[in-house]
Amino acid sequence: MGKLMSQKMISLLSSSLAVATLFAGTAQAAPKPTPATFEAAGPVVATGPALLRRLSPDQYRQTIADIFGSDISIGGRFAPEIRDSGLLAVGAGNQSITADEADQYHVMAQTIASQVVDKSHRGVLIPCRPVSDTGADDRCAGQFLAEVGELLYRRPLSKDDLQLQVHIARMAALQEKDFYAGLRESLAQMLVSPEFLFRWSEVQGPLGGEGVSTLDPYARASELSFLLWNSAPDETLLNDARHGKLNSPKGLAREVDRMLASRRLNAGVRAFFSDMLQFSCAENPCLDATFAKDETVYPRFTPQVAADAQEQTLRTLVDLLITHDGDYRDVFTTPRTFLTPDLAAIYGVPLPRDSPNGEPSGWEPYVYPAGDPRAGILAQVSFVALHSHPGVSSAVLRGRALREVILCQKVPDPPPNVSFKLVLDTTNPNYPTMRSRLDAHITNPVCAGCHKLMDPMGLVMENFDSDGSFRTRQNGVLIDTSGSLDGKKFQGMPGLDQAVANDPAAPACLVSRLAEYALGRAPTGDETQWVANLKKDFVADHYRLRPLLRQIATSDVLYRVEWKGVQANSAVAPSSTVASR
Amino acid sequence: MSSKITRRRVLHGMLGGAAISVGLPLLDCFLDDKGTAFADGAPLPVCFGTWFASMGWTPTFWEPEVVGTKDPMKQMKPLLKALEPFQGKINLFSGMQAFLDGRPMATHETGAQICTTGSIPVGNDLDVPSIDQLAANSIGTRTRFRSIEVSYEGVPTSWSRRSSTSINASEVSPLALYRRIFGPQFTDPNSDTFTPDPAVMLERSVLSTVTDQRASLIKKVSASDRVRLDEYFTSIREIEHELDVQLQKPMPMVACSKPEAPPDGPHGQAMDLVIANGKLFSVLIAHALACGQTRVFNAIATMGASSVHKVGSEATFHIDTHEEAIDPKLGYQPETHWYMARCLDCFADLLKQLDSVREGPRTLLDRTVIYGSTDHGYARLHTLANIPLLTAGAANGRLKTGYHLAAPGDTTARVGLTVLQALQLPVSSWGTMSNQTSRPFSELLV
Repeated sequence: MGKLMSQKMISLLSSSLAVATLFAGTAQAAPKPTPATFEAAGPVVATGPALLRRLSPDQYRQTIADIFGSDISIGGRFAPEIRDSGLLAVGAGNQSITADEADQYHVMAQTIASQVVDKSHRGVLIPCRPVSDTGADDRCAGQFLAEVGELLYRRPLSKDDLQLQVHIARMAALQEKDFYAGLRESLAQMLVSPEFLFRWSEVQGPLGGEGVSTLDPYARASELSFLLWNSAPDETLLNDARHGKLNSPKGLAREVDRMLASRRLNAGVRAFFSDMLQFSCAENPCLDATFAKDETVYPRFTPQVAADAQEQTLRTLVDLLITHDGDYRDVFTTPRTFLTPDLAAIYGVPLPRDSPNGEPSGWEPYVYPAGDPRAGILAQVSFVALHSHPGVSSAVLRGRALREVILCQKVPDPPPNVSFKLVLDTTNPNYPTMRSRLDAHITNPVCAGCHKLMDPMGLVMENFDSDGSFRTRQNGVLIDTSGSLDGKKFQGMPGLDQAVANDPAAPACLVSRLAEYALGRAPTGDETQWVANLKKDFVADHYRLRPLLRQIATSDVLYRVEWKGVQANSAVAPSSTVASR
Repeated sequence: MSSKITRRRVLHGMLGGAAISVGLPLLDCFLDDKGTAFADGAPLPVCFGTWFASMGWTPTFWEPEVVGTKDPMKQMKPLLKALEPFQGKINLFSGMQAFLDGRPMATHETGAQICTTGSIPVGNDLDVPSIDQLAANSIGTRTRFRSIEVSYEGVPTSWSRRSSTSINASEVSPLALYRRIFGPQFTDPNSDTFTPDPAVMLERSVLSTVTDQRASLIKKVSASDRVRLDEYFTSIREIEHELDVQLQKPMPMVACSKPEAPPDGPHGQAMDLVIANGKLFSVLIAHALACGQTRVFNAIATMGASSVHKVGSEATFHIDTHEEAIDPKLGYQPETHWYMARCLDCFADLLKQLDSVREGPRTLLDRTVIYGSTDHGYARLHTLANIPLLTAGAANGRLKTGYHLAAPGDTTARVGLTVLQALQLPVSSWGTMSNQTSRPFSELLV
């Protein structure tokens, strides 16, 4: 933080302490990183602005679990995130923290800190014992707070920061006559600090003027870690940052390969697809995407089914893309998936149970027979149920989601003053099915332009009711699942799946989304060419996700930012940076 | 009431002689004999709320036949039947319009944003505060909560915003709201005794060290990020403020009583749940205002293209507005009207709760003004013309009520400006571009 405590702070917390001697012998007080020399990994392109990004709820939860263990409950609630350009990760760069949210973070901070220092956790989580449980102990407090602070802030605490935290711990310990109460208050303070709640793009000089700069080593570590693991950097990564190992293309690539080989990559991949596929709408209903179903119409669709549905898709994706290093296009046609008994009941398929004594099993791998309309992720409950109304399926919502979520093609909002008079009567025997009603609707030329983008694909999914269950008839009439995608006609879900898999827009969309997810914003300037190159290389790499992630994570673009009067990290030697275009 | 204990003194003692830089005096005023004002003659503070229900009202089926002041509400149309008991305490505004100025319309969203901010967004960019936050800047600074937001249908978003990057979330659980307001941190303003909680003092002191980081951190971010970082620090200061208020003897509120905790029930988009949770929220809002915990609230019955539905029905409120047949005898969509009427029931219940809180000869509703808006004039066609707007309550006598005013083609911002001036905010105009106005309904202002 490079700034001394304010006079107010000092007066607030001052006591008879000999401040200067607080940290003698403290384990990790303000280590100095190795002076950095950054080398560009390839062709240098113009770049976009630095971004302050809010930790997502998942990143918050994952970070707390990684640092303190998964048995620490969060308490409180997270406010809905803002989706921008199709991604919450982009919205996080445009979202601040409201008073209500700050209140919730405050509650969570107190809840988490109380558990960390309670009697059942302190022995494991606090690396030292105080001289007395009923008083202050600056040495032990300093050791704990330095270690935890580095993991929370994703960089070592400066000397001033650590002094402040130990002061807080001391004052609270004296106040409450409890060493651990002091740690609790200091930890809670760090948990509401902007240095924890936001991801900082701390830049490395040169000071003065404007131009392009590069992230400092610890900011590089954070970029990597949140992209690939959806969590804060681990000790190895922070150590690599400390020793300058992330500064060279070779060192960076070595670290990226370590992270790509880790099982924690699954968490990063799951986070990305959860964002892209709008699974956050399960927790906080979105206006046109919801897992909320009318329980009298769909009694089998429980909250557990909604949770399982998302898990099914994420397992399918990780299995194909990571475990089997497969072709992304196959996610739309793959017969391989995983089911729970509840999900199998929705899909209407028998699920062999391997568990003993006939006990219900958890997740079981399942392979659909060839040509089954339930193959591929578009037929999964997580897609067809999410993009439906609570009491009825919706070809329009599904068609729109396919365009916007899977193909990255924006469908315009409907114009004002549209007449719906041609589909007024849902009981009209002339319009017994969704197809017939929509056909009538799009005879209106004002509506036809957009509905032709959505309906021919959405109607193919009409074999799936709002809860995702399979059906062949609606109101007694056989459902017509013929359809088309941009002029290519097909029959049924297998045809749609194959058409999407063959559409170059689908893998191109994945690359665009992943690039934006990594940057936290839309590409600007030359970055659009960088994304175009990523798309070409994705094709050349046979549409495999790991090489794409590797290319993004090792790209100079991820670590370069426009620099306009932003104070550089003074802890890193500014004169040694490379800032050439 | 505590005698001469001040927060400064207590903190001084608690923190071992350390100097405390923030000191807020205790309020030692009492209500006058009538219960309508403090002992020094100042009236009880004005409160402000917004009410929102999407899908508008069917044109020609809600506007009173009479325009103006002469008993315009005597014959409320059937759709507004729920408001009949309050016809003398509300105003209706017809014919008003939200202007797009050539920009695209996000259906069920843009109209609502114009009604609540007076401005039309460009993409995600809408860097103006909503009307409630403007009001909170003025009247919400001395209460524990600057504002509270609730959603009856379980969708935790709101139209309340400080800017496009700082949008307030709605509370969807009545029990969670109860715990937040009336949980252990609640202090009965009418209690004879008051002892500041040492734990709150400690929390407050520690939290102040976060805001002290601002000066050093703000230099590390770009100009646009500075705005967002400052919004964060503003939020932290609001928590500090909340804690400060807890450390003071609250001013007595004659009608304050702690409500019963609501049940830990479900929330969701079935209309029955919307109505049930709406009733619980109405009770909590009334008690929160009566107890001086907040002076600003935002209540949403249904949000935008709502998936609110009848249990067992395939259609939703939103689907019905577009696809339900118009009954040739009635001349309107009966199912759609049913939803609109149920939303009005919810609103009437809120008015009933506020009006049942007696503060001397007047009621809590009398010292409140609620601004009610929606997203479309005629949702079936997504129109932005003839958007139905209303106000309820007299803003502590600053707003006349019982009127139906027709202002065909005028910007909806006229109602917002009228409300802001009734709250005595120093604003002479509100809104931007074609939605901007400097013409309040001056005939309503006292």
